[in-house]
Amino acid sequence: MTPDELEQIAEKERAAQSECATELRVCVAAGCLSCQSDKVKDALDAEIRQRGIGGCRVKGVGCMGLCAEGPLVSTSKGKMYKLVQPSDAGAVLDTFDPGTQDKILPAHLHCPTDTPFFQSQQKIVLENSGIIDPERIEEYIARDGYSALMKALTEMTPQEVIAEITASGLRGRGGAGYPTGLKWSTVAKAAGAKKFVICNADEGDPGAFMDRSVLESDPHRVLEGMLIAACAVGAQEGYIYVRAEYPLAIKRLRTAIRQAERLGLLGANICGTRFSLHLDLRLGAGAFVCGEETALIASIEGQRGTPRARPPYPAISGLMGGPTLINNVETYANVAPILRKGGAWYAGIGTEKSKGTKVFALAGRVKNTGLVEVPMGITLRRMVFEIGGGIPEGRQFKAVQTGGPSGGCLPEAALDMPIEYESLAKAGSIMGSGGMIVMDESSCMVDVARYFMDFCMTESCGKCVPCRVGTYQMHRILTAITNMTATPKDLAMLEELCDLVKHTSLCGLGQSAPNPVISTLKSFAAEYKAHIEEHRCPAGVCGIDAEGDKA
Amino acid sequence: MAAYTTHPAQPSTDKRWKLVDAAMRRTGKSPRSLIETLHTVQEAFGYIDEEALRYVAMSLRVPLSRAYGVATFYHFFTLKPAGRHTCVICLGTACYIKGSRQLLEAVEKDLRVAPGETTADGEISLLTARCLGSCGLAPAVVYDQEVAGKVDANSLRKRLHDWNEQARSRHDA
Amino acid sequence: MTQTGDIKTLKLDGRDVSARADETILQIARQNGIFIPTMCELEGLSSPGACRLCLVEVKGSSKLMPACLTHAEEGMEVTTGSERLVNYRRMIVELFFTERNHVCSVCVSNGNCELQSLAQKVGLTHVHFPYRFPGEQVDASHGRFIADHNRCILCTRCVRVCDEIEGAHTWDVMGRGIQSHVVTDLHEPWGASASCTGCGKCVQVCPTGALFEKGRSVAEMHKRRQFLPYLTLMREGRE
Repeated sequence: MTPDELEQIAEKERAAQSECATELRVCVAAGCLSCQSDKVKDALDAEIRQRGIGGCRVKGVGCMGLCAEGPLVSTSKGKMYKLVQPSDAGAVLDTFDPGTQDKILPAHLHCPTDTPFFQSQQKIVLENSGIIDPERIEEYIARDGYSALMKALTEMTPQEVIAEITASGLRGRGGAGYPTGLKWSTVAKAAGAKKFVICNADEGDPGAFMDRSVLESDPHRVLEGMLIAACAVGAQEGYIYVRAEYPLAIKRLRTAIRQAERLGLLGANICGTRFSLHLDLRLGAGAFVCGEETALIASIEGQRGTPRARPPYPAISGLMGGPTLINNVETYANVAPILRKGGAWYAGIGTEKSKGTKVFALAGRVKNTGLVEVPMGITLRRMVFEIGGGIPEGRQFKAVQTGGPSGGCLPEAALDMPIEYESLAKAGSIMGSGGMIVMDESSCMVDVARYFMDFCMTESCGKCVPCRVGTYQMHRILTAITNMTATPKDLAMLEELCDLVKHTSLCGLGQSAPNPVISTLKSFAAEYKAHIEEHRCPAGVCGIDAEGDKA
Repeated sequence: MAAYTTHPAQPSTDKRWKLVDAAMRRTGKSPRSLIETLHTVQEAFGYIDEEALRYVAMSLRVPLSRAYGVATFYHFFTLKPAGRHTCVICLGTACYIKGSRQLLEAVEKDLRVAPGETTADGEISLLTARCLGSCGLAPAVVYDQEVAGKVDANSLRKRLHDWNEQARSRHDA
Repeated sequence: MTQTGDIKTLKLDGRDVSARADETILQIARQNGIFIPTMCELEGLSSPGACRLCLVEVKGSSKLMPACLTHAEEGMEVTTGSERLVNYRRMIVELFFTERNHVCSVCVSNGNCELQSLAQKVGLTHVHFPYRFPGEQVDASHGRFIADHNRCILCTRCVRVCDEIEGAHTWDVMGRGIQSHVVTDLHEPWGASASCTGCGKCVQVCPTGALFEKGRSVAEMHKRRQFLPYLTLMREGRE
């Protein structure tokens, strides 16, 4: 494969696409697929064949973002249809079949795209999502795919690649926000005969599905990012550690790897250079802690996913003792555009310390649940009320939770804060991997804190004492509070435990486990007080069992 | 012990062991392939029993206690056979906020099983998931591998009822 | 790797000390008569850094560092016993007590128990967190030894000594989080274990009365660990 050959594939694909006047794109990512979007696709296909409409074809694409309104269908001309059932195939086709074009689309299928949900987004990571067929490498190539890899291999030195990533200001999208360029240069400089690149696709935060969407919608983008990274740091072997709970993402990744290998974009002597990279998948097996990098490495090595003390960091001594670069899916997904358009372009987006865009999975008590990509620095208020469309059923906003079980719940007062790594941390939460859960007055914040503590307790690996026993003790107290049996003494104990577990736990899971408690204690102290002193739950969530079955 | 020096004999003539052997060969038959191999065992047999664990551990030269430690560390692995049907209720944050706990309580009450258990007649296993990633469709439930979104107690009860009806008609026939 | 000839000077609780670069803060503290409490650490075995009792403050680092795994660096300033650390350590010992069922008065290791003496050293007068009272098993299937899980603190010394020194790897940890347990082979009775050589190393390194010799009555179990530094030393000599 040479740059010219790559361009030929792109040209051929573009030519084939231009022959088709209208392309009907049906989302076949997991969200819409669970609403039978595959049947919608078949129905549209059958309808076109039956009517014999020329220059029109149907294809399966990745996520279009507005998951709550699925199955979604869009056209290459910019129209979008929501909640499409197989029986709606005729109505959808009526709108551009020359014979029936004047028919009016039933209102429930019409999905306006001039809304803030679509207009406020800026897509870099998701630029191909919902547009290309994730199972065809040619479509990715037609949209400049693998051109960044070509550039890195033929026009740039590894140092220049790293310099470009550093200039972009890209930071780790897994949650902690470590500068990506710095990580790459550490691995590049680390001594070791065999180096590794790993993609962390063990998206474990409950309420987060950004990485799954990227892998299902545009898997080649992640492969290209990993290839460029491997070339920059000098790795010859790579692993994608993906949750076993994501069968569709696994299938598409396997397909993508096979396709890239067949074109000589992956494997030995890539594009005729001396650079080789062998990529393989490793499946997670239901352990949240494996998102922690040292636990992830242990898991790839076939062991219990328990973290170890750092230093040494994986960049120096990781998989099988070799220098190892671990980045998250979204981080790798940003790499190719940065190389294509330059670090300075990327650094022009976002804020001073948080550059570029971030993908969020917006869910919970908000009208537009789904996947959005926004420039860093946008306020939480715009996220919830403009993009999210506000709270349904005329209810009151109460809190927005970011960062999953490691993050915190932010109250109304924090809504005008820009979304940045530092500001979120200052407010008592974290950026996290991108889960954003909106809660209204029907959520009890003590119950939410108990929910997250239950999560941390069951996901604790059990290696270190503060996390193993501390999360159990905190969970016990929070359960007592929600059962209205706690005393003010318990609350003091809870605060003590938060401090202990936060500062003495071995890994990030334990160190951040108290965050949901600390943040709710800070912003919603009155709710704790009501449970403990007045034995009542202001949201009416707790104590339901005692009052009888409401279901 | 001869079993440690040569490859142990397959536990039975069941053809599925060939799949397991192939998976071990493909991943280089090293202790590092333990998790990958356990995935294959579970896919082939539905669960990992002691016999399988012993066979895999011996083949890959992983100490027995380590194999057991790994198999019980990861919650995706199950050491007990599952029921004819599985009902997985997502307890991810988005689903929880939208009432999946109430769904779980309803099923626990109806079936008289706790999460991770199977009904006495072996028909239905009740499981919970940390997050299916279908947060846009919360609350989500997986019935026998098929994801259903925006589930309420009524539709959930109906599905369980249907399964029980099927079981009854099978029983009668 | 750092060369062993590389000598660093650092401050330990305000005192200037010198150390080799491959020495840990814990080793240096011990050489200088400074007590840092430990539990999972045992000389001759690898350190998992899991009990978190030996955490120390290092100037310039926002995080507390485990003394058993942190190596000496030039100009390092380490505080080993601030009020905050003492407080954390006491709470961690409390958590140990609440996790299983520790009843000293009926324990074979009463008077020779590391958990008991640690509680005294950190000044623990009472446990203010509630106890869990789990129902734990006692495995008396082995001919010479007994495993009483009520007294296990999951320090994993037995797992490491069996793997690293004996080479049998009979023990490992099953489950995770608060549900973790040490097991022999495929969670079989210890007496039925095919891999156990019956060497008893695990029993001797166990800090509490969780693993003990049959026939011992209350306060009669004394652990003998001379073999561990000896075996480690002899193996190093062989290389």
